Amino acid sequence: MDNILTLMTFIPIFGAALILCLPRDRDNLVRWVAVGVTAVPLVLACWLFFNFDRSTAGFQFLQRGQWIPSFNIQYIVGVDGVSITMVLLTAFLSFLCIFASWGITKAVKAYFALFLLLDAGMMGVFVSLDFFLFFVFWEVMLLPMYFLIGIWGGPRKEYAAIKFFLYTLLGSALMLISILALYFNTTDPATGQHTFDMMVMMDQANHSEWLRNGIIFGQSVPLVIWMALFIGFAIKIPAFPFHTWLPDAHVEAPTAISVILAGVLLKMGTYGILRINFAILPEATATLAFWCLAAVGVVNIVYGALCAMAQSDLKKLVAYSSVSHMGYVMLGMASFTQQGINGAVLQMFNHGTVTAMLFLLVGVIYDRAHHRNIDGFGGLASVMPVYTGFVAVAFFAALGLPGLSAFISEALVLLGSWQANPRLTMVAALAVILSAGYMLWALQRIWLGKLNEKYANIEEVNRREIFTLAPLAALVVYLGIYPTAVLDLMGASLNSLNGVVSKFL
Amino acid sequence: MQDTAHAAHQAAIHTVSYLRWIPLLPLIGAAINGLGGAWIQKHLGKKVIGGIACAMPLLGFLLSLRAFFQLAGLDPAERTLLDTMFPWIHVGNLNVDVAFQVDPLTAVMILIITGVGGLIHIYSTGYMHDEPAYWRYFAYLNLFTFAMLTLVMGDNLLIMFVGWEGVGLCSYALIGFWYSEWANASAGSKAFIVNRVGDFGFMCATFLLFWSLADVGHPTLLFREIAEYGPLLEGHMFWGVSTVTLITMLMFVGATGKSAQIPLYVWLPDAMAGPTPVSALIHAATMVTAGVYMIARLNVLFGMAPATGAVIATVGAATAFFAATIGTTQFDIKKVLAYSTVSQLGFMFIAMGVGAYATGVFHLMTHAFFKACLFLGSGSVIHAMHHEQDMRKMGGLKKWMPYTYATYLISTLAIAGIPPFSGFFSKDEILWKAFSSGHQFVWFVAVCAAALTAFYMFRSVYMTFDGENRSDEHTREHLHESPFSMTVPLMVLASLAALAGFLNVPHALFGDARFDAWLAPVLEHGGGHAGGHGDAHGGGHHVEVIEYVLMVLSIAVAAAGIFVARAMYKTGSMSPDRLTGLAGGKPYRTVFNKYYVDEFYDATVIRGTLALTRVSAWFDTNIVDGIVNGAAWVVRMASAFNGLVDRYVVDGAVNGVATVTSLVGGRVRRLQTGNINAYLYVAVIAVVGMMVARMW
Repeated sequence: MDNILTLMTFIPIFGAALILCLPRDRDNLVRWVAVGVTAVPLVLACWLFFNFDRSTAGFQFLQRGQWIPSFNIQYIVGVDGVSITMVLLTAFLSFLCIFASWGITKAVKAYFALFLLLDAGMMGVFVSLDFFLFFVFWEVMLLPMYFLIGIWGGPRKEYAAIKFFLYTLLGSALMLISILALYFNTTDPATGQHTFDMMVMMDQANHSEWLRNGIIFGQSVPLVIWMALFIGFAIKIPAFPFHTWLPDAHVEAPTAISVILAGVLLKMGTYGILRINFAILPEATATLAFWCLAAVGVVNIVYGALCAMAQSDLKKLVAYSSVSHMGYVMLGMASFTQQGINGAVLQMFNHGTVTAMLFLLVGVIYDRAHHRNIDGFGGLASVMPVYTGFVAVAFFAALGLPGLSAFISEALVLLGSWQANPRLTMVAALAVILSAGYMLWALQRIWLGKLNEKYANIEEVNRREIFTLAPLAALVVYLGIYPTAVLDLMGASLNSLNGVVSKFL
Repeated sequence: MQDTAHAAHQAAIHTVSYLRWIPLLPLIGAAINGLGGAWIQKHLGKKVIGGIACAMPLLGFLLSLRAFFQLAGLDPAERTLLDTMFPWIHVGNLNVDVAFQVDPLTAVMILIITGVGGLIHIYSTGYMHDEPAYWRYFAYLNLFTFAMLTLVMGDNLLIMFVGWEGVGLCSYALIGFWYSEWANASAGSKAFIVNRVGDFGFMCATFLLFWSLADVGHPTLLFREIAEYGPLLEGHMFWGVSTVTLITMLMFVGATGKSAQIPLYVWLPDAMAGPTPVSALIHAATMVTAGVYMIARLNVLFGMAPATGAVIATVGAATAFFAATIGTTQFDIKKVLAYSTVSQLGFMFIAMGVGAYATGVFHLMTHAFFKACLFLGSGSVIHAMHHEQDMRKMGGLKKWMPYTYATYLISTLAIAGIPPFSGFFSKDEILWKAFSSGHQFVWFVAVCAAALTAFYMFRSVYMTFDGENRSDEHTREHLHESPFSMTVPLMVLASLAALAGFLNVPHALFGDARFDAWLAPVLEHGGGHAGGHGDAHGGGHHVEVIEYVLMVLSIAVAAAGIFVARAMYKTGSMSPDRLTGLAGGKPYRTVFNKYYVDEFYDATVIRGTLALTRVSAWFDTNIVDGIVNGAAWVVRMASAFNGLVDRYVVDGAVNGVATVTSLVGGRVRRLQTGNINAYLYVAVIAVVGMMVARMW
């Protein structure tokens, strides 16, 4: 199974092509083909999970080939502890989101084709180990996202789509310049050529003198490149103050796309920082982490929570809660403790499942009531008990209830970060109060209290919806009790990565 | 010394594998009733639901007894049972397992939780009989039992925190059990959020403790290792203050939340919105004592922080008195008991503050018996009165409800501190420990609170059970004693309330302080900081005359409280109006309205936070996003300007030249369609192009 990662990445692309060849008006056929196409990477992901060597920090399932020899651009894919969790998450959420997209009736073929293209792009980003390939997938994923929001979105879809697109593209431009700077200043000792190979870039001995000690714009070169890359990734996370595209994109995107956006796309930002900023520019990371990651992370956590509390649109509330929860990832990785960095990546995974649940749950209610105004409901628990059960699991997971998955990662992040920055951590820990506030307040207004007679006959969650929610709920509970299942995967790689950066503290 | 202690510790642990079932059984019960309860109730009936739910804590009680006797059979220094299930979080130097332990302290707690809890489960089958969501109630109640057992059985701080928050969750769910009432749902949310304020302290304390212990070479969150290595933190400083003082202060913040002390007690009176058995189990007997348990569990650390001890004793005394004053003015029988609980928890914290940990735990236990009995008694009354809780509409109920009356009276005597009922022994010991450890002012405040306790409790007895019945005709006709499922638990609890004191008769009364001795292996290796602590247990048990004087005084004070209550509410020889009318009634109204603390919090903390959230949201929409949209506008304008230049300047010049150039111009114009994607792609391609060009 040497080509397992290639299969996982390209099967969705072929699936997209296949769907475009299907006859018109066969919407259900299209949907089931999409199910089949996403099921394959999911099965492969399971195989990967069981066959992944947890004891080594290096890359596994590596596959290498020449792509554009004249620029020494290669096709290199592989996974290590940092990326495997994201690969699993992507395969899992993509599969579930096909079912969450069942209600799409407009241009079904195009929707699913674009969705599969998006799937391939996301998978590609996480498995690419050649920087050029990484960038290509990064852009590949952008385009379908733009159309998925812009065509199938809500009332302000055009504005949201273009804002998302331009914002990310701005980051891409900065990233591209950085990539090229890294390319021209990295020499593969084996061939003597410049290279986009990340594994070569990760060895500082291959960096040019300019990249190590040069000055540009009156600043040290590695710091400037670090910042350019960081801004590109920070937009994606999204880190304050680059986060305002997110509430708009989330609110306008169809449910499944919101799930993918929050569940997978946001993680690309933090993944990129770990994979590239941490591994390739460790010294600059050590210098800039406090302000760019820890301090910004705390702002994300607290400011996101405060904004969430003020929202009247449930989906916007969930969107801002993502801003808050992604702050933990930044805070954790900036601590340079094993608890912090493991907690950060675990938080990436757990936020993926919890927020996916939250958006699916918002979708359920929006499909029925056609609005998401928190004050426009009331007492739904009495007519939708099963639905409310899922809501309770997701909301309490989101507010960090011990016993559910997100608690473990948030506690690890805070514990690890305490060692590095106790004052900042104390401020961040205030969010445990705020998150309980906005989550329970929303829960109370929509699901508790007197039943709003308008919704006395609202339909309970159906089987298809339960099929998407139940696996996520099970995972949220399971990983709260047995987080080792995921911690195990990433420990070796993260601890070694942490060691690389810690040397420069 | 350290090495020998360490060696002794290694030998002291006995690994057993049945402990896990004590918490797991109720969890299984919760899972069955929570997931399949609706089906079971419909097809098999409520009896099956109740049977499953009651069996779990009762089986747990049997296992707890087994653990207790196993411990009792061991040498006191070896009394620790451990059951490790599986690794939980192993990251870096943090190694935490899902593991349960039972030592003498935990043994007391699990016997209370499963014993009293089991009785309350049985009682609930009667009390909740007409409830449509019967299954949901019992699922929550079982889940609570699981969480509470996890809290006291966890062998490390993180597992304890799982229980700590778990009981908060169940409390939330049960306070808001009848969630269709907005007020109930609000009370639930309030309880959870206020508790989260405390959790903030708990979490920070945990982090600080872990890294401080790492500093001295022993990173750990395991209780037995904290007890062992905690003393190494002596002299360790953090932020310029003693680390241990800071840790214990933050822990105490956590305790004020869960155990309803000033300033975080406000959620508990509102928590009475839940079904009454819930008030008895969660908001009197078990959950609210979690803070007391936590301090006892970490007594090594608290013993090293006399400054924290002083704060705890002061807050405890203030809470005991303050809540007691409110208790004297309430008319809702459950509210009286709620404030009484807050007040009694204050007593427990006095004990913890002055280092008399065993005494605090002893009061925790006796309080669990008599307060559970009182709450269940009030539930029996409320049940009979068709959910009327106002004591002004009761009166004379002893005629209809003899068992309820008798058990309620016994428990009232216990809480009032009348010998030989249990409360006398536990409360009197707290007062003595406070006095003898040099906290005379705390002692004085506590004695005043004790007098008020006797007063408001007998006030509730007289208003409820004595005199003329003041209810309406319809209610009176239906007055009845509760079924056996409710009265039997009352009788058991009343017996315990009456007799439990004999478990710990002080040396001054020729007893052998057996309960203190039982807890000694857990609570005395800290080496108490407060004077009275060491004297009372160690050495020759010398008894001072002053101890008898104070004992007589506290009985006299309680008797006085009872006398006043009798004069006001039974014989009528004294009118309460004389007190309420004092100084134009203003002081009375202030107390009656709970000193307006809720209003104060609402006006400051809540409104402040809400204002901050609105400011944040405004800032986000108008400033942060405004800059983004502004930047986009600037780019659009610039490109429009560029287009004009292109059309009229560049193109104008070009037009005069050749068609080839004009063709190019046309192409450029076509690019300027306002399609920003196109611009950016052009920009990106240009950048790539430039870079590629540089290569050659």
